[in-house]
Amino acid sequence: METLKPMPRTETMLINVGPQHPSTHGVLRVLVELDGEAIVRAEPDIGYLHRGIEKLCEGRTYHKCLPLMNRVDYLAGEANNLGFCLAVEKLLGIEVPKRAQYIRVMLVEFTRIASHIFWMGTHAHDLGAMTPLFYGFREREKIMDLCEMVSGGRMFPLYFRIGGLAGDLPEGFIPAAWDFVKTFPEKWQDYDNLLTQNEIWKERTIGVGVMTPEEALDWGWSGPMARGSGVDWDLRRDNPYSSYQDFDFKVPLGTKEGDTYSRYLVRMQEMLQSNLIIRQVLEKLPPGDIRVDDPRISLPPKEQVYNDISSLIHHFLLIEEGLRPPKGEVYQAIEAPKGELGFYIVSDGTGQPFRVKIRAPSFVVLNSLGKLAEGRLLADLIALIGTMDIVLADVDR
Amino acid sequence: MGIEEHLGYNILTTTLEKIVDWGRKSSLWPATFGLACCAIEMIVTAANRWDIARFGMEAFRASPRQADLMIVAGTVTKKMMPAIERIYEQMTEPKWVIAMGACACSGGIFDSYPVVQGIDLYLPVDVYIPGCPPRPEGLLYGILKLHEKILKDPFLTQKYRDKLQARQEAA
Amino acid sequence: MHPAAALVQGKFPGEVVEVTEFRGDTTVVVKPGRIKEICRLLRDDPQASFKYLSMVTALDYHPQSPRFAVVYNLYSHKNHDRITLKAFLADGAPVIDSVTSVWSTADWHEREAYDLMGIRFKGHPDLKRLLLPTDWSGFPLRKEYPQRGQ
Repeated sequence: METLKPMPRTETMLINVGPQHPSTHGVLRVLVELDGEAIVRAEPDIGYLHRGIEKLCEGRTYHKCLPLMNRVDYLAGEANNLGFCLAVEKLLGIEVPKRAQYIRVMLVEFTRIASHIFWMGTHAHDLGAMTPLFYGFREREKIMDLCEMVSGGRMFPLYFRIGGLAGDLPEGFIPAAWDFVKTFPEKWQDYDNLLTQNEIWKERTIGVGVMTPEEALDWGWSGPMARGSGVDWDLRRDNPYSSYQDFDFKVPLGTKEGDTYSRYLVRMQEMLQSNLIIRQVLEKLPPGDIRVDDPRISLPPKEQVYNDISSLIHHFLLIEEGLRPPKGEVYQAIEAPKGELGFYIVSDGTGQPFRVKIRAPSFVVLNSLGKLAEGRLLADLIALIGTMDIVLADVDR
Repeated sequence: MGIEEHLGYNILTTTLEKIVDWGRKSSLWPATFGLACCAIEMIVTAANRWDIARFGMEAFRASPRQADLMIVAGTVTKKMMPAIERIYEQMTEPKWVIAMGACACSGGIFDSYPVVQGIDLYLPVDVYIPGCPPRPEGLLYGILKLHEKILKDPFLTQKYRDKLQARQEAA
Repeated sequence: MHPAAALVQGKFPGEVVEVTEFRGDTTVVVKPGRIKEICRLLRDDPQASFKYLSMVTALDYHPQSPRFAVVYNLYSHKNHDRITLKAFLADGAPVIDSVTSVWSTADWHEREAYDLMGIRFKGHPDLKRLLLPTDWSGFPLRKEYPQRGQ
């Protein structure tokens, strides 16, 4: 007589990671199907921070879109504005004065360092290393102070205008910037000492999230993600904009594994290269105008507005109707800290854009989370979300 | 040494209310509820320069059951609203809500289709902190105002009697 | 003319409607019928080598007809240059083939275009709403949709 032993019934478990979760860097929900601890399928569910920025832009003049653009990638506030301003300037067919271009480069590189520091701090924090966050924020606060010096806003300086800058650099900015540039490499060494040769860090990041270069391009990866997989591509070097061709910097490439550790190394090196670019800007900063001298694009100086009727009319029209680019469409991409940030602007000749499309790097990278997470452990999911350096406002817009 | 020297072997007279309120305000534990950009300023407030641990609040609890303060930091979208309501309900009494930033107070610059124009349409807010984003000092000032509010809170009297009555009437 | 535009015109002469250049950007307006083959040509051709799709988006030209257009922006790492493809769709129920089989990254771009503009992509593995709640009705980026919602 046989006794039938019931077979243990195994099922996969479907759980929710987020939208409120300490490690998802924002309101991201990942539906994970687990077989024990191993992930069978992971599907990100986004849209919890969709604010309708593209629709809002259609009802505003080009200048009034700038505060919205700042908040697309909130960790690197000013870098988004550079992309938008360059796109509108391309539409208008104007070139901004050299001094303004150099200052723009400097601010964008500062925000790149700030963004990478924040990434490093939160990525390490998720994986258990709480110290780099506090060390990194020490430097990030100095950068926030510099941004505040320039325009009053810490995360969102809103300093760029279409046609140049809002105003010239204040007194005290250049010495403070030099101070930062000179002391940053040894502070960087602190972060490097904490993480790069750390056994636990290497254990958690090596081999996690491997992507070959061909797959990376197929999935639309750009910026540090693509460079971590070995794709030698940097929009600042290959399609230069805003005088990046005047500066001498290296583009760090990852190791041949193309894993999380490789991307970590790329972003760490990028911080040092950004510091180098800022040093060159400070050394070579030319004197000159900071705004294009065209009254149909830039606001005339206040003294003229108060004394001269034509300046008053230009001022009024610029604020009321906005600047009016010719009919047409352009696509302008910049190398934002997260990757290729592109703006596709369609103009119908009026002062308000017909359509603004923001090509957000985090949106594209998050698409491949499902592919990267298959077969890994649940703890690796957190490492993957961290290495992708997503900002939910960038994903959802 | 320290405080024992000054206090000595003494008796402290106070009301139970005051001591409980003092305990509550001195260790408010926020639930991690950063939604958007204001969350960054909230994290910065908890970091080294504006150390929120001075107020006993560095323990941001991920589980709402262990938290008593919800700092709604960032834009609230209609898709996120059910999650926010559920988390608010899961927090145990007494609980407070701070609306941090222009978006949580009133929708902010995002006057568009998916955005809830202010979290106070759904939740009772105790302190509103305007700013886009408010500086860390602004957040700390708002938290100190909340501390003042808590110190005035009669924990066994009117507020809870009202809630109890409302619940009994609903049932 | 941009060499890639000339390539498309050479291989698919009946599909190209117009080639425009504006501020250094080339836009090739094509008919939507054979968009997958055109994309595959641009990706696989060894000279053009557009292995990277930057974005797929949709435009609404209401009240003009044709009303909807789908725009693709491609980048070639070999030549460090870009090209834009544009296809105008029929008004009533805009449909176009999905290019997810050409570039995997088109997945979410097309879902977003469906979600916000209502364009259906034939052959997409999982075409459902992405950014808005699943029970949302209406397509917000269309011109008649009010900014504050319905």
